[in-house]
Amino acid sequence: MTALVIDNLSHGFGARQALSQVNLSVEPGSFTVLLGPNGAGKTTLVSLVTGLYNAQQGDIRIFDHSIRRNPLPALASLGVVFQMPTLDLDMSVEQNMAYHGSLHGLSRREANERAGEELDRLGVGDRSRDKVRSLSGGMRRRVEIARALLHRPKFLIVDEATAGLDVAGRQLLLKHVRSLCSEGLSVLWATHMLEEVDPADQLFVLHKGQVRWAGQARELASGRTLEAAFLNLTGHAS
Amino acid sequence: MKMRYAMHALAGIMRREMLRFIGQQGRFAAAIVRPLVWLGIFAVGFRSVLGLSIIPPYETYILYEVYIVPGLVGMMLLFHGMQNSLSMVYDREMGSMRVLLTAPLPRWWLLGARLLANTVTVLPIVYLFLLLARFWDVRPPAFGYGAVLPALILSGLMLGAFGLALSSFIRQLENFAGVMNFVIFPMFFASTALYPLWRLDEVSPTLAAIAWANPFSHAVELIRFALYLQFEPMAFAICALASAVFFGFAVWGYDPGQGFWARRAPE
Repeated sequence: MTALVIDNLSHGFGARQALSQVNLSVEPGSFTVLLGPNGAGKTTLVSLVTGLYNAQQGDIRIFDHSIRRNPLPALASLGVVFQMPTLDLDMSVEQNMAYHGSLHGLSRREANERAGEELDRLGVGDRSRDKVRSLSGGMRRRVEIARALLHRPKFLIVDEATAGLDVAGRQLLLKHVRSLCSEGLSVLWATHMLEEVDPADQLFVLHKGQVRWAGQARELASGRTLEAAFLNLTGHAS
Repeated sequence: MKMRYAMHALAGIMRREMLRFIGQQGRFAAAIVRPLVWLGIFAVGFRSVLGLSIIPPYETYILYEVYIVPGLVGMMLLFHGMQNSLSMVYDREMGSMRVLLTAPLPRWWLLGARLLANTVTVLPIVYLFLLLARFWDVRPPAFGYGAVLPALILSGLMLGAFGLALSSFIRQLENFAGVMNFVIFPMFFASTALYPLWRLDEVSPTLAAIAWANPFSHAVELIRFALYLQFEPMAFAICALASAVFFGFAVWGYDPGQGFWARRAPE
């Protein structure tokens, strides 16, 4: 079953059209990249997919559950790392994890056990009792990834999670999330950074609220660099 | 919605709100010092303001300190409700609201759990104040401390729901300070918290009418009567109705397809 199907999605704020007739799908176990420059509409798309608000037109289905008509099973199978940090700074890492676990129906004991596993996998297990405020930006992002995986979702959305991280931190996160696809997790990775795209990735290029290109990343490059092809699509080619 | 999931979420939200409230030591201290300043300084100057009138539920002449205590308890609940709605706006700006709103539970449940958690967190402080008020000879019957609990919860829910509804219409944290001034002060002063209705009516019938229509007055009266082991059905009915209406507005305001939330550009 397809992890995500977005069908003819349009949404605007007042006179500004943020997304226009967007079609997109994420296959199970795949790493799909949503690539677009700043202001392309990626965060609006993520907000609509996660049900923060309803789209004005079109349909979004997560594992065949419509986010508008049947949001609860759709959200239960979804893990999200938002672009904006969403951890409580004055609570400890484990308190943040327990809070998230409780919102997904986990008992405190279950949440603590799973949190330990996920934090260890991301190399931050030894900081679980520390206040989030005392962690570096890279560590906070790792905690957010661990938290998004706590309820064992089948589909993970990561919205520009590597923004502001150094190269090593970015690579660590990317490598970890890619490795999860081999365990069956489907991933939608929204970014504006071309270096995060692998030639084998399924790629959607979003620009000014419209999907300008869809296919395998290596097909977009075809004979050129990916950067040149991307700039050509987004109207910045020299 | 599976009930076990829903109860885990409720417990998690309660724990988080409790941790946050305890962690905010300044707010914690202000919550207890504020009513004590009113009782210890303001009320002393008005000791005999009520004259020789007997006002239900009191069965004899009372000093102003006795009269004002339920109003100050109401003030504690009002401030707490407004500060929680401020923290809703803060959570939205800081992003942590997204964690709550993307949980696989109905929004009315998530908002209701947050509302209940906020109400419960203030109760120990209210009881501490009621105990300290005994030093000013405000000594309701012993059973009154138990009887007042449902009144405190209903009043807290009503004022919290009002704050929750307000928070859904406020776009930015900066706008909230203005709303606090336009809401807290009129709501508190144009009520029966500081003066009985008959006293307001003597000075200004219009102000008395406003105070009667103010749901905060009914919260204060519900607490006042319960503290002295009496039930005030009108105050109860108005508080229950106002709670339902305010909560309905809040759920509408946070609905993904309705309200201001839906028209807001991603932050």
